[in-house]
Amino acid sequence: MEEKQKKVVIELDNVRRDFVVGEETVHALRGISFKIHEGEFVTIMGTSGSGKSTLLNQLGCLDTPTSGEYYLDGIAVSTMRKSQRAKLRNRKIGFVFQNYNLLPKTSAVENVELPLMYNSAYNARQRREAAEAALHAVGLGNRMNHLSNQMSGGQMQRVAIARALVNNPAVILADEATGNLDTRTSFEVLVLFQKLHAEGRTIIFVTHNPEIAQYSSRNITLRDGKVREDVLNPKILSAAEALANLPIPQDE
Amino acid sequence: MNFTNLIKVALKSIASNKFRSFLSMLGIIIGVAAVIIMMAIGQGSKESVRKNISQMGTNIIMIRPGSDMRGGVRQDPSAMQTLKIEDYRSIQQNAQYITHVSPEVSSSGQVIYGAHNTSTSIYGESTDYLTIKQWKVEDGMMFTEEDINKSAKVCLIGKTVAKELFPEGGDPIGKTIRFKSIPFRIVGVLKSKGYNTFGMDQDNLIIAPYTTVMKRILAQTYLGTINCSAITEEMTDQAIEELTKILRTSHKLKEHEKDNFTIRSQQEMMDTMSSTMDTITVILVVAAAFSLLVAGIGIMNIMLVSVTERTKEIGLRMSVGARGIDICNQFLVESIAISITGGVLGVAVGYLGTLVCGALGFPTSIPMWSIMVSFVVCTLIGVGFGYFPARKAAKMNPIEAIRYE
Ligand SMILES: Nc1ncnc2c1ncn2[C@@H]1O[C@H](COP(=O)(O)OP(=O)(O)O)[C@@H](O)[C@H]1O
Ligand SMILES: [Mg+2]
Repeated sequence: MEEKQKKVVIELDNVRRDFVVGEETVHALRGISFKIHEGEFVTIMGTSGSGKSTLLNQLGCLDTPTSGEYYLDGIAVSTMRKSQRAKLRNRKIGFVFQNYNLLPKTSAVENVELPLMYNSAYNARQRREAAEAALHAVGLGNRMNHLSNQMSGGQMQRVAIARALVNNPAVILADEATGNLDTRTSFEVLVLFQKLHAEGRTIIFVTHNPEIAQYSSRNITLRDGKVREDVLNPKILSAAEALANLPIPQDE
Repeated sequence: MNFTNLIKVALKSIASNKFRSFLSMLGIIIGVAAVIIMMAIGQGSKESVRKNISQMGTNIIMIRPGSDMRGGVRQDPSAMQTLKIEDYRSIQQNAQYITHVSPEVSSSGQVIYGAHNTSTSIYGESTDYLTIKQWKVEDGMMFTEEDINKSAKVCLIGKTVAKELFPEGGDPIGKTIRFKSIPFRIVGVLKSKGYNTFGMDQDNLIIAPYTTVMKRILAQTYLGTINCSAITEEMTDQAIEELTKILRTSHKLKEHEKDNFTIRSQQEMMDTMSSTMDTITVILVVAAAFSLLVAGIGIMNIMLVSVTERTKEIGLRMSVGARGIDICNQFLVESIAISITGGVLGVAVGYLGTLVCGALGFPTSIPMWSIMVSFVVCTLIGVGFGYFPARKAAKMNPIEAIRYE
């Protein structure tokens, strides 16, 4: 298959994560192994408590496995120190959160600049240019200086996506990125993710909404900290079409 | 994060919480202003004391009876009767480094002229006294050697005495006043000297021949003080050495015996006064500095609140790549910015406060270094009290922090 020749961006090798709570040990991840190649759009699904967030924290280098190994872009993460992982997040990962997590009372462009503030390779001008380019890419070229609290949920999530793009990451990690949005806006955001996918970005999208899986290229389902199902999607639906077919809102 | 970015982030955070930042600055402002004002008053008083003492004549040497009292040991009264007229004569004849000598005896009491009276002090002196003290006669003239030889009942009076006894403004010269019922004819009025630094009225005195005061008022044969002036200020040390030798010979002291007199120069007085003023200044400044400590605790408190409030922001910054040290620096710079801004405002308030104190009559002088010290102290406060909250922020777990509501 074509997929086989592509570069491996993420490789999990029997990753386990245990949490010790008092006397008990919670096995949140019980030996997870998979590879994700460059340019894949993967949805991760599962019931509540199945380990999605724990897995995403591993993928995002926010946490390290109890055992097993995780390679991000070929780099082994499990033995890294905190500050090294911070740098890795800064250069290789873009996060999109359910509740946007924008800095309050801060303009869109400044929010997008944030990751580059921690990258000394960028000076102020380069930072601004990269942030503006990212905002153009998410269709907010005309909203650069809007403050975060003056924007709608959809706009805020686009700013957050621009922030995840700005450092040109190896992988974009989204945790329930449409969870707080209404159907229409959800589809608008999905259109944006599909566009990024089409441009060759690697995306991992955690959701409990099975519908969303139809718009991704691959779907991994978790249950009790294990991979229950891992399938490629032969027929990827177009979010743009779905959006066009949505009933037009009646009010106004 | 580089330094410019840190400053930008810190200023932005301060600006978005203006009122709270101002409140936490307030402690620093008050503390720094208090320190500056205290230092200014301390320094100003010291300078004015020095000026006053040097106006009194820096080459003056005072000899007092009894051994050195600086240890604070009480001496028996007989030890206080060791200075005699013979000592005075011996200094007059033998001292090379001394230009003028005046023996001194004094007494205080009521002085009466007609219906008016006032309480004052009478000083028995020689004719050299005014030269030693660099005092001037405004009206009339100084009494003479002959007056001294004859123990004449003549005197000079200070401006305050003149005002009290002659409120109608009549000419005091030639009038006879009574001090402890002894009549004195006024031969001169001294030029006004005003108050000295210690608040003493330098014009409330009577000067008479020492012979007269000794015989007719005190009926004593010993002296209270001998005032001398050295040739120059630089020669006071040699002069003191010489005086010691003369007095030891005159008192027939043996090798192992302690001096039964004490010689102090004006210079020494000035140094003692200066160091006393320094001590007072230090006490004032330390008291004021405690308010800075309290201010520091205030900043720590505000920073802790700020860190907790911004847990989510900290989590976000960490997840996009901020290291612990970046977060730590961010909060440290913020607390330093608060305390230095407070410091700048404090210096300004302190400067205005000093002007006000000056206008109210306090002697003031702001030493430049007190401003430098204020800035250094403010930076230290910012670092010292910002460190704990900053560490707390830096140690947060990004996963938990970003979920914090
Ligand atoms: N920090 C933690 N401490 C203890 N248990 C945890 C912690 N994080 C997750 N868990 C447990 O691990 C399991 C998986 O949780 P999570 O990954 O949040 O599931 P999901 O995101 O799929 O709902 C749950 O049983 C949860 O209680
Ligand atoms: Mg979850």
